Amino acid sequence: MTMKPNLKVNIGSLKLKNPVMVASGTFGYGNEFKDYVDPSKLGAIITKTITRHRREGNRPPRLAETAAGMLNSIGLQNNGLDDFIKNKLKDYKGLKTKLIVSVGGETNDEYVEIVKTLSSYEEVSAFELNISCPNIEYKDKIIAQDSGLTLRLVKDVRRATPLPLIVKLSPNVCDITRIARAAQEGGADAISLINTILGMAIDVDKRKPVLGNITGGLSGPAIKPIALRMVWQVHNIVSLPVIGMGGIMNARDAVEFIIAGASAVAIGTANFVNPGASLEVLEGISSYLADKNFKDVNELIGSLNVN
Amino acid sequence: MKVDILNNVFIKECRLLLELSVPASFKSALPGQFIHVRVEDSYDPILRRPFSIHDVCESRKKNMLTLRVLYEVVGKGTQLLSQKKPLSGLDCLGPLGHGFDMDKIAQAKKVYLVAGGMGVAPLFFLAKKLTENRTPGTGNPGPIVLIGVKTKNDILREKEFKDLGCEVHVATEDGSKGFKGRVTDLLKSLLPSALSNICACGPKPMLAALSVIAHKYNVPAQISLEEFMGCGLGACLGCVIRTTSGYKRICHDGPVFDSSEIIWKE
Repeated sequence: MTMKPNLKVNIGSLKLKNPVMVASGTFGYGNEFKDYVDPSKLGAIITKTITRHRREGNRPPRLAETAAGMLNSIGLQNNGLDDFIKNKLKDYKGLKTKLIVSVGGETNDEYVEIVKTLSSYEEVSAFELNISCPNIEYKDKIIAQDSGLTLRLVKDVRRATPLPLIVKLSPNVCDITRIARAAQEGGADAISLINTILGMAIDVDKRKPVLGNITGGLSGPAIKPIALRMVWQVHNIVSLPVIGMGGIMNARDAVEFIIAGASAVAIGTANFVNPGASLEVLEGISSYLADKNFKDVNELIGSLNVN
Repeated sequence: MKVDILNNVFIKECRLLLELSVPASFKSALPGQFIHVRVEDSYDPILRRPFSIHDVCESRKKNMLTLRVLYEVVGKGTQLLSQKKPLSGLDCLGPLGHGFDMDKIAQAKKVYLVAGGMGVAPLFFLAKKLTENRTPGTGNPGPIVLIGVKTKNDILREKEFKDLGCEVHVATEDGSKGFKGRVTDLLKSLLPSALSNICACGPKPMLAALSVIAHKYNVPAQISLEEFMGCGLGACLGCVIRTTSGYKRICHDGPVFDSSEIIWKE
């Protein structure tokens, strides 16, 4: 009889029963997928990004399909922190999985306020700082594109919470390792990458952009090679655990990320294609480990043989 | 969920009627609801395509029903779907979304179903439910169907609506059949009409024009919107429409909305 391989992983002090999560913005607040996924089976749920105040989001159209991918420009539509506490948080009671709240903001103070406030709720296990959404501007800059701003923000938020702090990086930079180092120096517990890649699509009949916001974030299998390369680079440079995401559609994709150095993976666009994708990835990782005689998923993390 | 394709045939030019063998749980499907279809196992096209439910009827197979979809080949996804052969499987989610509010319609003396082009797709299912639920001798005359198209060759399901016992009016923009002009102008010629109710589906400009008319004549109107969708489950916020209470999700809060809550100007 073969033993079931161990799937437990640690993301800093955050202990997960398995390495499969659902990526921010692709799973709503969890309830939307209740007919397809039992959230208690997942390693963690990362919520849609919460901001201090309600955000209406960008004007439609907000989606455009591209070759093996899609562009989105949702614009962080959400009802704000107070509504999240009042109307969403109670749904997570007895969820039997870890809840990671994705946090966005236009100023450092907004991030700090959200993180400080939510840290006192037992439903919340960790935070993922969304500093990389290409739709939001911070003094005309995107935080994730500036190592100095990243360092300052992570430091500020670090002081506001004892809970694990994950920083999600943007791929829209020249050198992802510089930003990853800044996040580590600022006191992050883990790095998530990648967020979407800035892109656009044009309707040639109308000679107009397809998206109401003109540009948007590219996701899906089209971006997987880039995500994988960045996970590998960052894993080699920083000592923090990395959560890999970007175009993971199946278990083999997920295993690639783990071999490249990801301690956990998040399923994003695949949830739209197949709402049960996250659990299929989880089962597939388990079978892969059993087939290859791994007793523990941790043995696979960063096991890339480059020789 | 994988369902079997029973039939997938061209009925007029680039429009097809697809028949699927679906589980009995679809008995509860409401007019205006949709199924979300993955046309290929590959990732190009990657996203599902939403199709409104055109009809659900009895099947000879035990514990199964036959679901019909009326669609037009407009792009890559529908092109691929049109090539599917009977007995092959199709990956579908559904029924999804909020359909027409039948209780609201039930209170009306006269119900106008206004279809623009392919908008007949969900309205046929609605007409069928409305005629099924009719109690004979109550003086309820059944829905009045208005079909608007560019030219008479584009008219779909006219006979099927008549077979249900509906009164059918046709508007063609080129005047090749029936009323010459837009279906919204045809509607205007039939209003005002006391205690009536409108249910409509069609292109956005038509629905916007219809909303103005409904408002002017103070007739409640429910409209079914069509949009490109991501998840189809209300999670991604990709398919939104501006309403009097902010952006709403077409896939989950709709696709059927009260016309009075939609803000048409972007």
